[in-house]
Amino acid sequence: MTKPAATADMATAGAAAAAAAAAAAAGDRPAPLRGDWDVAVVGGGLVGASIALGLCRSGLRPLVLDGEDLDLRASRANFALVWVQGKGVGAPHYALWSKASAEGWPQLAALLRETTGIDVSLNQRGAFSFALSQGELDRYRDEMERVAAETAGAAAPYEVLSHNELRDRLPAVGPEVVGAIYSPADGHVNSLRLLRALHAALPALGAGYRAHHRVERIEPLHAGFRLFGPWGDLVVPRVVIAAGTGAEALAPMVGLRVPLTRSKGQVLVTEKCEPFFDYASATIRQTDEGGVMIGDSEETGTDSIAARADISAVLAQRAIRVFPRLADVNVVRSWAGFRVKTLDGLPVYEQSARHPGAFAVACHSGVTLAAAHALTVAPQIAAGALAPDLAVFASRRFDVPPSA
Amino acid sequence: MFRRLHEPAEPVRFTFDGRPLTAAAGDTVAAALLAAGVREVRRSVVGGEPRAPYCLMGVCFDCLVTIDGVQNRQSCLTEVREGMEVRSQQGRRRLEGAE
Repeated sequence: MTKPAATADMATAGAAAAAAAAAAAAGDRPAPLRGDWDVAVVGGGLVGASIALGLCRSGLRPLVLDGEDLDLRASRANFALVWVQGKGVGAPHYALWSKASAEGWPQLAALLRETTGIDVSLNQRGAFSFALSQGELDRYRDEMERVAAETAGAAAPYEVLSHNELRDRLPAVGPEVVGAIYSPADGHVNSLRLLRALHAALPALGAGYRAHHRVERIEPLHAGFRLFGPWGDLVVPRVVIAAGTGAEALAPMVGLRVPLTRSKGQVLVTEKCEPFFDYASATIRQTDEGGVMIGDSEETGTDSIAARADISAVLAQRAIRVFPRLADVNVVRSWAGFRVKTLDGLPVYEQSARHPGAFAVACHSGVTLAAAHALTVAPQIAAGALAPDLAVFASRRFDVPPSA
Repeated sequence: MFRRLHEPAEPVRFTFDGRPLTAAAGDTVAAALLAAGVREVRRSVVGGEPRAPYCLMGVCFDCLVTIDGVQNRQSCLTEVREGMEVRSQQGRRRLEGAE
């Protein structure tokens, strides 16, 4: 289930441990990292790895500095959606940004397959948002109408389906499903395989990767930056902070800001089943291997990494109301993860005004936006400046004083 | 691969894919199958490779079998019973009500 990624990580961990042991034998402190790195990417999750992939394609040699295995890692907990539907209410630029990334996904998947031979099982047949009450359906419809209006019709298309219309397309839905939104723009991938593919692509394209290299401090120099961690320190000309929940503390050291809020989600995974649902939804998806993932809970006031049984029960109950045939299917895993959620839920893309070689990239949707990060944002970073149309995602949007 | 230290005085009788086998009372289905010389209980639904009981403590999900018609039972967590019909697990779980 999670074995391929775990194996890959253990391999890297083993290599890093051997290197550290060699360094410890040579002196009282690990030798500084050497190599002509053009840029350091702080964080080796989906966001950091996607950015690093794009930097390689732009001709740079990035070094990815990754943290510890037990750090909060959204990239190993996520729901694997390539999701556009309903995103960007009140923020049309985000709706269109998500849509553009989803449209770039086939190119990213092909690139990963060509570079690594790994198929990330991209499926973009579309997705449903199932409503279990008329109120829910009305709210979904209202959100879709607002996004369509605010983007002047440029947002992804969608349909509002009654129970009977839905049942014609998905005979497996239960009688309690009042209706659904369907959008053909949405999809999903095998997310652990995506992380593995990115990590396999990086060395193939000339990037460096160091596990167990948590960056704790960044010092701007006259030219470049010095990065410090328990492993030692390193000077690089440029730095991209893509450290997920760790970005909030690092960003201010180089004149950037990534204000985050707590958002914990839980996921259940069932035994592998015969295919019965070849689409995605925000709450239920069947992976290419057959396991059914059930998710989309949110807690905001907790630091606990443990999954709560009462929340798991609600997730399971809702899933059974949508697909009654899940009732006697066994759950084999459950976990909790922390989203990388900014104060308004939108991504932060920012270049430091004071230290222009420093960039921050932070977002909740590391899967959906992986294509935008690799194919659009990274080339801009490589060229030395973010494009003006990304200015809407800079952190100064948080400076707007609250209205009375 | 495995050999019993003592043959059970009152063996429990069960079948695996229709073949009559015996076990000791209190054996898990996984232990009983291994002791009876069974080397493969299913094929991986992802890669097609043969699978057998591995962790014997409920974690790896490699020992899945169909027991008395119920699919994907963890044989290492199930005690063998007289007359049990154990079958190798065939493919992924089929869902009730699926067309």
